[in-house]
Formats: sequence, structure tokens, C-alpha cells
Amino acid sequence: MLELRLYMAQRITALIMAPLVIGHIAVMIYAVQGGLSAGEILGRTQGSLSWALFYGSFVVAVSIHGAIGVRTVLSEWAGLRGGVLNGVCLALCALLLVMGGRAVMAVTMT
Amino acid sequence: MPDEQRLAATQGGSNEANGTLAVYVWRGDENGGTEQRFDVPRQESQTVLDVVTWIQQQADASLTYRFACRVGMCGSCAMMVNDEPRWTCRTHVGRVARNGELHIAPLRNLPVIKDLVTDMDPFFDKWVKAEAIHHPSAGRSDAFAAVTPDDPERIEASAGIECINCAICYAACDTVAGNTDYLGPAALQRAWTLYNDSRDDGGDAILDAVSQSGGCHSCHSMGSCTHYCPNDLDPMGAIAGLKRATAKRFFGGGRG
Repeated sequence: MLELRLYMAQRITALIMAPLVIGHIAVMIYAVQGGLSAGEILGRTQGSLSWALFYGSFVVAVSIHGAIGVRTVLSEWAGLRGGVLNGVCLALCALLLVMGGRAVMAVTMT
Repeated sequence: MPDEQRLAATQGGSNEANGTLAVYVWRGDENGGTEQRFDVPRQESQTVLDVVTWIQQQADASLTYRFACRVGMCGSCAMMVNDEPRWTCRTHVGRVARNGELHIAPLRNLPVIKDLVTDMDPFFDKWVKAEAIHHPSAGRSDAFAAVTPDDPERIEASAGIECINCAICYAACDTVAGNTDYLGPAALQRAWTLYNDSRDDGGDAILDAVSQSGGCHSCHSMGSCTHYCPNDLDPMGAIAGLKRATAKRFFGGGRG
């Protein structure tokens, strides 16, 4: 049932990402009105638990969703199977989590 | 003059019946092969199967191909025609010839036995793997099951039961090409019809089978199966039904 669990995990993370993507784009459009500066962005995000949760959940959802998608591509296009396939995708998930987590911390921690 | 050529000559006046068709037929076996050219007299209302039969009877008796009913019922004459899977007995040359040429090859995604004949075992083995087999819910001493044609589940089942097992959807499917474990559109569609058949008692077994590696969740909904199905069935829709049913059961729901 691994395939079913991965399928469901990818769909559920897609459902989580959909409003986050819309929120992200809406804030981008709002933020660029009258110029864009690092100071303005950091002024909004630093010390904000809400933005940490917003982008933190985004990173978790993307890491899971993307790793499952790449797993399918590697399976069909590169012929990877079994432990190698799962190992590569777990590593990719971990890499995305670490890199995304570091980025979120960098802009939300004071 | 062979009968076919005489027939072609007597049918002059119709453009379709004039001239010669350049037919490139794949010849070979499991070790590989190449195209061989045959010049086949053009006839009116000529099907691709007519062309292959003419070659086998008039030009090269060693050409191996498979057919039976010639009227689109048995599903045995499917081949790749100009790189697309088709039932050759119901495919008119006039519809598919390009610049007076036909390229005919064995079905994609299946091992070749010889020339235009593929080994269908992997295709049918996957029907069993998908639990696309009847799971009896009653014995001979029970009363006949009442099947209501307008029941929603029956409508779902009826939509897919005219499959003739021709494997055209299987040959058209790019997911099968990329993943040899994938059960394929025909097996999954049959699993979906049985899942919706009130006389079948294997609902959970079917959902377990299609949730394995290579099951319905491997489908990318590209739709080649539905596009190429010669009987206008909708395997992609059936697979979507299986995805819904498995998702519903995943969340603890009843039948999807």
C-alpha cells in the first residue's frame, strides 16, 4: 500500500499548498507596490510566528510533494526501483526540508 | 493478373481504388527486425487487415500476423499503423495512409513473437494481478441476481464491459512504456467494472490489488487509452473511478 499512501500524501500536500501559493502570490503583488526592499520584507517576517508557520508548512508540503513527484519521474525515466528509489527520494525530501527550513528561519527569526 | 489487381483495375474511376500502396511491414522476432516494403494494389474500401492479408497470400506466405473475426469483435488484429495502435480490420486504408504509404508494426509495449504477432501474456497476466476476475457472491442454488440497468453502479459497470481485449489502450499508454509494472488501462477498467458489479463480491480485493505498485495510482491521466479505444470506451475515466474509490476507503469511507 506504499503507492496508495504516497498518492494520498501527494494529493493532501497539494491541497495544503494551493491556498499557500495563492497567499504567497498575493503578498508578492502587495509587497512590490511602491518598490521592494529586503528591509521591508524582513520587517514583515522577522519575529512573526504567523509567517514562520505559513512558510514552514509550505516548506514541509513542498518537500513531501516534490520528493514523491521526483520519485515517479526517476522510476519511469531512469528505471530506479526499490531501496535505491526510496533512498534517493528520502534524501531529496530531507534536502528540501533542511534548505527550506533554513530559509524560513533566516527570514523569521530575530 | 492476381484477382486483387484485376479488381483494382475494374474499379478505376474512383481515386481510392487507383494505384499502388507502399506498405512497410515490420519483419523480425524477439531479437529485433526491420521494415520490408511491399507494393500492394489499392482497392476501394480496403482495410489495413486486407492489406496485410494480401501480402501474406500474394507476396510472402511467411508473414506472420493474427486475426480472427474481421468485424471488430474479437480484438486479435490490433497493430501499430503509421505509429498509432489500431484495430486493423476496421481501419480503412484511406483514413490512415500518408502519401500513399503505410507502416505496419507489432503492437507497442508487448514482446514480439514474430513479425506482427506479439506475446499477449503480460497483458492478460495483469488482468489477474488487478483482480479483474469474477468473485462470485452467490452459488447455483441461489436465486438469479436482479440487475437494475439504471442503478448508478450498474451504469458505471456497463460503460466498460464492451472491452474486446485488443490491447490497443495498452499499446497507446505511455505509462506502460515507462513502467513495465503498470497494470495498464484494460485490466484496470475491467477491475472497475467488476467493482461496480453487484454480483461481484471482491470489492476490497480489487481495491487492494489496484493499490499495489503499478496500480491505478501510477496513471498520469494522459488519456491515450480513451483516445485510441476503438470501442469508444473510457479506461481513463474508469481508472479515475478506482482512484476515487481507493481514496474514499483510505479515509475510512464506504464504497466509492
